[in-house]
Amino acid sequence: MSKIKLITKGLVKDNPTFALVLGMCPTLGTTTSALNGMGMGVATMCVLVLSNMVISAVARFIPDKVRIPSYIVIISAFVTIIQLLMQVFLPSLYETLGLFIPLIVVNCIVLGRAEAFANKNSVIDSACDGLGIGLGFTLSLTVIGLVREVLGSGSAFNWHFLGGDGMLIFVLAPGAFLVLGYLMVLFKKLTAKKEE
Amino acid sequence: MTYVIILISAIFVNNILLSQFWGICPFLGVSKQVNTAVGMSAAVTFVMALATCVTWLLQYYVLVPLKIKYLQTVSFILVLAGLVQMVEIILKKISPQLYQSLGIFLPLITTNCAVLGVALMVVQKQFTFGGESHMLGLGESVVFAVASAIGFGLAITLFAGIREQLEISEVPKSFRGIPIALITAGIMAMAFMGFSGMV
Amino acid sequence: MLLSLGVICLVCSALLAVVYQFTKDPIDAATVAKTNKAIAEVVPAFDNVPSEEVSEVELDGTSYKVYTAKSAGQVVGYAVESSAVGFGGPINVMVGFDAATGAIYNTSVISHSETPGLGAKITDAAGHFREQFLGLNPRTFSLKVKKDGGDIDAITASTISSRAFTSAVAAAYNVFLSLNSGETDAESGASKPAETVADNQNNEEESNE
Repeated sequence: MSKIKLITKGLVKDNPTFALVLGMCPTLGTTTSALNGMGMGVATMCVLVLSNMVISAVARFIPDKVRIPSYIVIISAFVTIIQLLMQVFLPSLYETLGLFIPLIVVNCIVLGRAEAFANKNSVIDSACDGLGIGLGFTLSLTVIGLVREVLGSGSAFNWHFLGGDGMLIFVLAPGAFLVLGYLMVLFKKLTAKKEE
Repeated sequence: MTYVIILISAIFVNNILLSQFWGICPFLGVSKQVNTAVGMSAAVTFVMALATCVTWLLQYYVLVPLKIKYLQTVSFILVLAGLVQMVEIILKKISPQLYQSLGIFLPLITTNCAVLGVALMVVQKQFTFGGESHMLGLGESVVFAVASAIGFGLAITLFAGIREQLEISEVPKSFRGIPIALITAGIMAMAFMGFSGMV
Repeated sequence: MLLSLGVICLVCSALLAVVYQFTKDPIDAATVAKTNKAIAEVVPAFDNVPSEEVSEVELDGTSYKVYTAKSAGQVVGYAVESSAVGFGGPINVMVGFDAATGAIYNTSVISHSETPGLGAKITDAAGHFREQFLGLNPRTFSLKVKKDGGDIDAITASTISSRAFTSAVAAAYNVFLSLNSGETDAESGASKPAETVADNQNNEEESNE
C-alpha cells in the first residue's frame, strides 16, 4: 500500500471513531468544544505515531508472551512524556483535558494499532499508519466538538457568534452521546450512498 | 456518614459511565444481554476495588517518598495488568465455577479506562465529601472505587435491559447498532442528571 | 522473556527520568507564572514580585496564602488565596484588596470544577456576577447571596457555586482584616475592622445548582 493511501485511509474508510468505533471514552469526554477535541486528538496522534514507530522497531526482539505488557509500557512512557510537555507548553489545555491525558494509555486505538499494524510492518509504514489514524481521530473529535460547541454554547473555536448561551444540554454529558449518535447515523448514510 | 455520601455521589450523581465517560467500550460492547452485563460489572467491581487499594499504597508508600511521581501512569498500568493476570490465575485454581462466569471478562478489564481512571483520580483530585476538600484516605478510596463500580454496573445493566428490547423493535437502517445505542445512552444520561444536586 | 520486559521497563523509566529532569523547571516556572498572573489581575499596579513576598496566615484553623503587592516600596494591595466547596468540587479564588481603601480590587478564579455553562460562569470576568464584586468595600456590603440575606446576586440556576464563590471572598476578606488589625502601621490606610464578615459557608442541599 502506498504511503499516501496509508495516511488517507484513516480519514474516512478506517476512521477510528465513526467506522471502527474505537476510543469512545475521550471521544465523548473531551469534546465540549472544538479546540478541546482537537487538542485531545493531536495528543493522541503524537502518542500513536511515536509508539507505532518504536514498537515496529523493537517488535522482533520481544518474546510473544510478554508482547502486550511491553507495548503497554512503551505506550505509557510516551503518554507520560506528552503529559510533561503539555504541562510546560499548554498548561491550560492540560488542565481542561485532565485525567483523559494519562488515559490515552488505555485508549484501544493505540494498543490496537500496535497489535494490528505496527508489529508486522516497517518503521516508516507504521509512522504513516499512526499519522493517518491519528488524523482521522483528530478530525472526528474536532467535528464532534464543533457541533457540540455551536449548539451548546453558541460559539465556534471560541468565537462567539451568538449573544446568548445556546442549548446547554449539548455541552453536558447527554449531549455527547446524542451528538455522536446522530453524527454516526449521518456517517453511515453518506458512506452507504458512496458504496451504491 | 462520609461513606454514605461517597456511595450516593459515585453511584448516582457522578456516575462514571454517564457523566465521566469512563468504560464506554465495555458499555457498548458487552451490554447486549443482561446476563453478560451483570458478569462484567461483578468482575469490574472486584478488580477496581483491588486495583485502587494497591495503587493507593503504591502512590503514597513508593512513588511519593522516592519522588518519582512521573512514573505514575507507567507503574499504575503495569500493576493493573499484573493484577488482572493474577486474579485470573487464582480464580482458575480456587473457584473454577466463578472463573467460568467471570473469566472471559477479565482480560478486557486491563484496557477498561474506568479502572485506571478511578485509580488515578483518587490520588490526583481533591474531593469534597463531608464538607472540607481533601485527598481521599485508603478507606475512602476503596469505598469510592466500589461505589464507582456499582454505578458502572447499574448503568450497564439498565442499558442491557433496554438494548434487549431494542433488538426486537424496528429501528431505521442507519440507526441500527451503535448509533441507536448511543442515543439511548444519551437519554439515560439525561435521566441520571436528575440526581445532580442530591449530594 | 522476563529479561526483555525488564529491559523495556528500565529503558522507559530512564527515558522518563531524563524528560522529567528537563521539564521540571519549566513546569515549576509555569506554575509560578500562573500565580503571578492571577495576582496581577486582582491588585493595583505594582513593581515587585508578589509570589516572592508571600506569608501564611492562620485564621479559624485554615491557613491562607497572602501575597503582598508593592509599588516603589509602598504596599499597594494584598492578594489572598482562598477556597470554598462548590457544586463540583473545590473552588480556588484569588481575591485582591486595595491597601489604600480597604475595598476589594478584583477577583480571579484559579481553579474550579463547576458545571460548564452553569456554575462555571463564576469565571466569566465580563459577566454581572463577578463585576458586582469590583471595588466593593465589604464593610458597607454584606458578602452573602441574596437568598441568604446578603447583597450579592447569585448566578441563575447556580446558587451553590455563587454561594461558594462569595464565601471564599468573605473568608479572604476576614484574612485581610486580621492582617491589618495586627499592624499598627497607619500609612497602609486600610480601615480598621470592627466586625468580621460572617462566614456563610453553607452546605445546604438544593435542587438546583
